[in-house]
Amino acid sequence: MLMIIGSGVLKGLGVTLKTFLETYPWGRAMLRVLGIAKTDGLVTIQYPDEKQEHSERFRYFPFLVYDGTPDNLRCVACRICEQECPPQCIHIVVAKDEQGRPLKANGRTLPKQFDIDISICMSCRICVDVCPFDAIEMDNQYELSGYDRAGEMYFTKEKLLKSADYFKSIKPTEAAVVDQRLAAKKKKETPG
Amino acid sequence: MSLDQLFVDAKWALIRKLPEGLIPWASMLITIGVIGALAPLIMMYLTWIERKVIARMQNRFGPTRVGIYGLMQPLADGLKMLIKEDIVPRGADPLLHRLAPVLAVVPAILLFAVIPFGRNMAAVDLNVGLLYFLAVGSVGSYAIFMGGWASRSKFSVLGAMRSVAQLISYEVPSVLSVVGVMMVVGSLSLVDIVEAQAKGWFVFTPWGFVACLIFFLSGIAEVNRTPFDMPEAESELVAGFHTEYSGMKFALWYMGEFLEAFAVCALTVTLFLGGWQGPLIASWLLVFILAIVFATAKLLHPVIRALGVLLMGGLAIRFGSEPIPSWVWFLIKTYALVFVLVWLRGTFPRLRIDQLMGFAWKFLLPLALVNILAVGFWVLLPFPTGAILSVVLLVMSVGCLIRLNHPVALEPRTYILAD
Ligand code: SF4
Ligand code: SF4
Repeated sequence: MLMIIGSGVLKGLGVTLKTFLETYPWGRAMLRVLGIAKTDGLVTIQYPDEKQEHSERFRYFPFLVYDGTPDNLRCVACRICEQECPPQCIHIVVAKDEQGRPLKANGRTLPKQFDIDISICMSCRICVDVCPFDAIEMDNQYELSGYDRAGEMYFTKEKLLKSADYFKSIKPTEAAVVDQRLAAKKKKETPG
Repeated sequence: MSLDQLFVDAKWALIRKLPEGLIPWASMLITIGVIGALAPLIMMYLTWIERKVIARMQNRFGPTRVGIYGLMQPLADGLKMLIKEDIVPRGADPLLHRLAPVLAVVPAILLFAVIPFGRNMAAVDLNVGLLYFLAVGSVGSYAIFMGGWASRSKFSVLGAMRSVAQLISYEVPSVLSVVGVMMVVGSLSLVDIVEAQAKGWFVFTPWGFVACLIFFLSGIAEVNRTPFDMPEAESELVAGFHTEYSGMKFALWYMGEFLEAFAVCALTVTLFLGGWQGPLIASWLLVFILAIVFATAKLLHPVIRALGVLLMGGLAIRFGSEPIPSWVWFLIKTYALVFVLVWLRGTFPRLRIDQLMGFAWKFLLPLALVNILAVGFWVLLPFPTGAILSVVLLVMSVGCLIRLNHPVALEPRTYILAD
């Protein structure tokens, strides 16, 4: 029994010592010489100095996609995303003329105001899923700290607009699928 | 000028020119000044070592941001502590509340007076040095109780009461374990004790090994460190006796605790690990290792690395043939024990209060008593018989104690109504 009690304590000490050694190059060399199996050691990524590689599907907050120029945005202000958004953080005002008829640009209605309160957004991607026009997509920018919640964390249309090329650059696979879908739709709309 | 007596010689060089009557005073002042300056430094870098080692044991980096390798972190912490709000709780006893942390630090610094840091390097060679150490060391529990009581908080009082119970319990085996050393050396002076170990460190004798373990373990318990940190068990008592302390007063508590931990390590080294005695190894080996450390320190500026290596080369040429100086041996051993202290903290969870008390009263205390008998065998009987007898006695009593302490195995309970 003497052996049992002592060995438990020593085993615990051994585990911590091994972990300690694993985190230093000389310690790893020592363990290698002794023939003790070792793990990776330090796995911490020291964030501001080095950044984690994110997968392509990593998502943070949504943004609005435009093709070519910022006034040619895909969104038609149908307000489906506004209604579907679970925490209700999207706010859309449709652009109208004096008579109250929706304005059109490039043959599409457009939002006068399109705001997302990203301090409320929970990154659920539902807005992206429900948008029939692939006009809204998820961004992967996460360094968005600000001094003031109401102003800086309330993204207006200008801040949300990003080009389709940008989308392609951050999420090539997803963008390819979207492009395919849009192309197929276009073919159906203009037969022949 | 030899490396071994470097500091002693430096001190004499400073005060040699003074008039006859002033020399003892100047010598005293310098010693006090050095201890007073070194104590906070030691404490600061103990926190750094502790955080670094624990972090590495948990696969983390530990402090890295302030200064190279986080070496300036203790300074940053100190600054933070200084500019924090200093709160005395309403209804607390303001005088005692402020006095307690000071009372915790002062004895911890006083302990350094008798520790022989190297050959001829004890600040005072008291002929009752060991007694002094034990007496001054136990003043800390007054401070803890004072602080806990004066805070007027139930967590503080609970922590303080636990602390007093724990300190008193562990003082007994700790003092009994050094009785063996006194019996063998026949002196209470720490310098004599170190010199008596010139032939062999006490830890390599059967009784010395057991006494060293008892002394070190009860020492850890006396300075309230994990796994014996009941007084400040943060999962039960918020922070124990220093719950209501903030700012620099809080830092003083920590300083007292760390200095006492360091002093316990130093005293263990003095009593059992040969103090400043060490094998006669030429200094160039040490200098060589330091040079490698400098050369491979990736984060340092290349110029500093080169200068460090050059300096080490110079030292090797100047002092290379001398043996490694006594104070280096002392510091190496003490910091090795500090590492063990942190290592224990990184490994073991906190004991329950009844286990803690049981460990002191039912295991360490009887073992310390038996150990005195073993020392008697060792000292009085001729060599092989005495040694064999003491080993047999110790092994048997450890076995018996473990058997006796084994908890009763309860039968599995059956719940009639539950089925
Ligand atoms: S990601 Fe979710 S929460 Fe954020 S805007 Fe879209 S639907 Fe709303
Ligand atoms: S983003 Fe999509 S769903 Fe939302 S309003 Fe624009 S077109 Fe409609």
